[in-house]
Amino acid sequence: MSAPAWTTVCELDALVPDVGVRALLADTQVAVFRLSPGDDIFAIDAFDPFSKAPVLSRGIVGDLEGQLVVASPIYKQHFNLRTGQCLEDDAVAVRAFPTRVVDGQVQVGC
Amino acid sequence: MGAGADRRIVVVGNGMVGHRFVELAATMPGLAVTVFGEEPRAAYDRVHLSDYFADAGVADLALPPPPAGAAVHVGERVTGIDRAARVVRTDRDREVSYGALVLATGSYPFVPPIDGHDLPHCHVYRTIEDLDGIRASGAGAAVGVVVGGGLLGLEAANALRNMGLDTHVVEFAPALMGTQLDDGGAAMLRGMIEDLGVSVHTGRNTLRIAPGDATRYRMEFADGGALETDLVVFSAGIRPRDELARDCGLAVGARGGIVIDGSCRTSDPNVFAIGECALHDDRIFGLVGPGYEMAKVAAGVLSGREGVAFKGADMSTKLKLLGVDVGSVGDAHCRTRGASTYTYIDERERVYKRIVVNRTGKKLLGAVLVGDTADYGMLLQTMLNELPLPKHPDALILPQRDGGGMPAGAVAGLPDSAQICSCHDVSRGAVVAAVSEGATTLGAIRECTRASTGCGGCAPLVTQLLNAELEERGIEVDTDLCEHFPHTRQELYHLVRVERITSFEELIGRHGRGRGCDICKPAAASILAACWNDHVLEDSHAPLQDTNDHFLANMQKNGTYSIVPRVPAGEITPDKLIALGQVAKKYDLYTKITGGQRIDLFGAQVHELPLIWRELIDAGFETGHAYGKAVRTVKSCVGSTWCRYGVLDSVGMAIAIENRYKGLRAPHKLKFAVSGCTRECAEAQSKDVGVIATEIGWNLYVCGNGGMRPRHADLFATGLDDETLIRFIDRFLMFYIRTADRLQRTSVWMEHLEGGLDYLKSVIVDDSLGVVADLEAEMEHVVGTYECEWKSTIEDAEKLKRFRTFVNSDQGDDSLVFVRERGQRRPALASETASEVA
Ligand code: SRM
Ligand SMILES: Cc1cc2nc3c(=O)[nH]c(=O)nc-3n(C[C@H](O)[C@H](O)[C@H](O)COP(=O)(O)OP(=O)(O)OC[C@H]3O[C@@H](n4cnc5c(N)ncnc54)[C@H](O)[C@@H]3O)c2cc1C
Ligand code: SF4
Ligand code: FES
Repeated sequence: MSAPAWTTVCELDALVPDVGVRALLADTQVAVFRLSPGDDIFAIDAFDPFSKAPVLSRGIVGDLEGQLVVASPIYKQHFNLRTGQCLEDDAVAVRAFPTRVVDGQVQVGC
Repeated sequence: MGAGADRRIVVVGNGMVGHRFVELAATMPGLAVTVFGEEPRAAYDRVHLSDYFADAGVADLALPPPPAGAAVHVGERVTGIDRAARVVRTDRDREVSYGALVLATGSYPFVPPIDGHDLPHCHVYRTIEDLDGIRASGAGAAVGVVVGGGLLGLEAANALRNMGLDTHVVEFAPALMGTQLDDGGAAMLRGMIEDLGVSVHTGRNTLRIAPGDATRYRMEFADGGALETDLVVFSAGIRPRDELARDCGLAVGARGGIVIDGSCRTSDPNVFAIGECALHDDRIFGLVGPGYEMAKVAAGVLSGREGVAFKGADMSTKLKLLGVDVGSVGDAHCRTRGASTYTYIDERERVYKRIVVNRTGKKLLGAVLVGDTADYGMLLQTMLNELPLPKHPDALILPQRDGGGMPAGAVAGLPDSAQICSCHDVSRGAVVAAVSEGATTLGAIRECTRASTGCGGCAPLVTQLLNAELEERGIEVDTDLCEHFPHTRQELYHLVRVERITSFEELIGRHGRGRGCDICKPAAASILAACWNDHVLEDSHAPLQDTNDHFLANMQKNGTYSIVPRVPAGEITPDKLIALGQVAKKYDLYTKITGGQRIDLFGAQVHELPLIWRELIDAGFETGHAYGKAVRTVKSCVGSTWCRYGVLDSVGMAIAIENRYKGLRAPHKLKFAVSGCTRECAEAQSKDVGVIATEIGWNLYVCGNGGMRPRHADLFATGLDDETLIRFIDRFLMFYIRTADRLQRTSVWMEHLEGGLDYLKSVIVDDSLGVVADLEAEMEHVVGTYECEWKSTIEDAEKLKRFRTFVNSDQGDDSLVFVRERGQRRPALASETASEVA
């Protein structure tokens, strides 16, 4: 697997903990979350496979059964923030992207 | 048959009931059993005959083999009985003598004697051979007709449909399943069956079956109509097989059936009859259950046991026909004198429920269920055990959508012998015993009693019984908000207030665990807002909010938002209307008048929301809180200002109410209305708070609901002046906010409120709890700290930062696809998007 191409999406300080934002990559939209406590950054595809709308950045984050998740704001399915796996339906997952913070800048790999 | 008598028993017929008899009798000491069955194979499960078409083989339908010692002769028909000599003769010229004879000859399908009924490809539906014949005729056929729209006819129709035939049901009577269903239930069933592509022809009398043109046959009806078909299945009722009994002079009924008494004896004390061939108390029982009961009685009597008797049987039925749940209990047709009915019809979900109650309304006599038979077990038990009905018997069939289920008392009132699960014959007592032995979940009950592992229809009843028993034993039923908080919303509310908790971190740190989720976070946000009225956009609250609250707008199915400015009481100036129109036009927003007397603008992206709101606020609008669990609208009628009947100024009062309570957060949304006279044009009696003007002042109604489960509001107080009216509403609202559960509308809250309306009156009017001063002060605080959330948002540069569609771009999302329709844009359908992309 080739090394990811990193895109800078915003400053770390621009992210309110536990509130997602949507970012535009070359040909996808990603949902980016900064989790508190810990300041971990996660990115998954913003496109919700159930409602077919790019809304996952606007869901509520939390944990369920020990997994970090975001709940789709439309039909409320939960997606694991690390893997993109849907908790309600084994057959459904969204893409998860690597993230990193460099010099206070949040970057998403693709 | 006394001791020392001839212990040889001969059974004629090896169907389901004859077989059950053999199973029972052959294990009784000293009885020697010989069985003759005319069919080419030993007894099988006729009830599940249709599975043979699905994928069951003959082996799957087989019943357990008879006990050793029983001599079973299959493919051998009994042709005569010599009662004097006590001998039966068979078609293989065998003669066997008996001490006692048991007739279990069942019944045969009735075929109306119309011309052509005996042509090839005309069948009945009773045996495995019949089904083989139908399958053979179905090969190369396109159309199939079932004559008879009863229970078996519809089962046959399903079989034809599954064979891929264009299927028709022809029924002589005006409705389907006339024995079990009333007209309304039959009509609902018909609609559902027709939706499956089965054509239903009722009120049609078939005259003859003649050669067809495109198909094998042409059925001609008395009314001149005709139907082309390739095969015909007759299912026009059953007739008892009593020919042997007639021939040897046993008593038979006027319309057939071998007459038996409570011991299942015929007119000859040495001859018994059981199952569908027997006539007890002038009734034939076309179900296997009563037949089994007769088998038990006959076997008991023959082995010398006293006191066993067949007392008739309940003919209630529950089954799935063509995938439709159908249930019929007792007097489904309301034939009892003085009886009356309650009916619930949901045309959308296709549910029909009717109950028949006696003259006093205290006893259940019957029921019809189509589309949803979850209540079947409860209703059947209520009828059989003559349980007293709730004050409003309709509670038995109205949907209980809020954690409810059947009214609680009902299941508790059942006697221990009441059958809870009919598939596995599990009694209430057995479930209760299981709970006592430590089964505290539905799964555990299932494992140890098998209840609800058959058709599953009794699961609601079992769950209810389980919960009632757990409660009885003081074991908590899990009412936790979610995995993060071992508390109800109400408990959290008290904790927040008592401990003056002001943030979610504090709340979960002290009283919960983990990070929280999309259930507890919004609940906490609503409690914090109701208690302290902080701006919902404070950063510490932001992660708790649903997207609607977060962006102060309602998310739509394509991820865009709608905007609903407040239009208090629906009164709007022309200038404001124009301003709304201009904004809508500028941002290309789909515009619609809502059911709440205001205007909704759809299709805005996140970054557009503040721009749009700035213009609306400049034009004098405020947020309408359409996104929040908050006060929505106060609907008004035009009232005394213009209307010739109006007695008070309903618009003025509605505006005052809306302005007073706007912004108030609650466990669920709140809707109000004010009508200017009792003609009630504002529909106040369907609102959480309804106000109706009368000659002597305002009448106050509370806890009404439209929506999914409509509820008429209760009259709370009459003849109030303006000030008292507002005071009562203040107290009512705050008491609701303090004590209701998350997402509990006032209607549901009221139904769960112990003591009901009278209790509520005592708290609000008589101050029985001594809390009204508190309630009023809390309301005063909320009213005094109101601010328009949108106004404070657009004035706050920090808050505005979040309104970006993309964090790394100022542009909007141009991947959204819209289509123009009737002069406005709307989200493209999936099919339209596909063609757009292609
Ligand atoms: C816009 C509107 C339909 C319209 O075009 O007319 C509407 C639209 C929605 N209604 Fe409604 N309801 C609207 C009037 C009503 C009414 C009629 C009324 O208020 O007079 C009712 C029945 C009255 C009642 O509530 O008792 C109504 C009963 C519901 C319900 C069922 C509530 C219940 O207790 O059963 C829901 C679902 C819920 O709240 O959980 C619902 C939910 C919704 C939601 C929020 C569904 C959703 O989650 O997306 C819709 C949001 C649309 C939006 O984004 O603006 N809407 N809804 C109406 C807005 C009125 C307004 O000006 O605020
Ligand atoms: C498709 C279908 C679905 C059904 N679904 C249900 C249901 O959901 N619930 C329900 O309760 N009931 C149902 N029934 C009815 C149920 O099958 C009958 O009530 C039950 O089979 C009656 O049992 P029986 O032994 O009295 O009669 P049968 O099962 O008809 O047995 C009588 C046997 O006696 C034999 N016989 C008759 N005369 C002679 C003779 N002279 N010599 C030798 N043998 C003879 C016959 O060939 C037959 O095998 C259904 C029936 C059918 C056909
Ligand atoms: S009835 Fe209400 S909730 Fe249902 S589609 Fe219409 S607006 Fe939406
Ligand atoms: S009634 Fe069918 S499983 Fe209990």
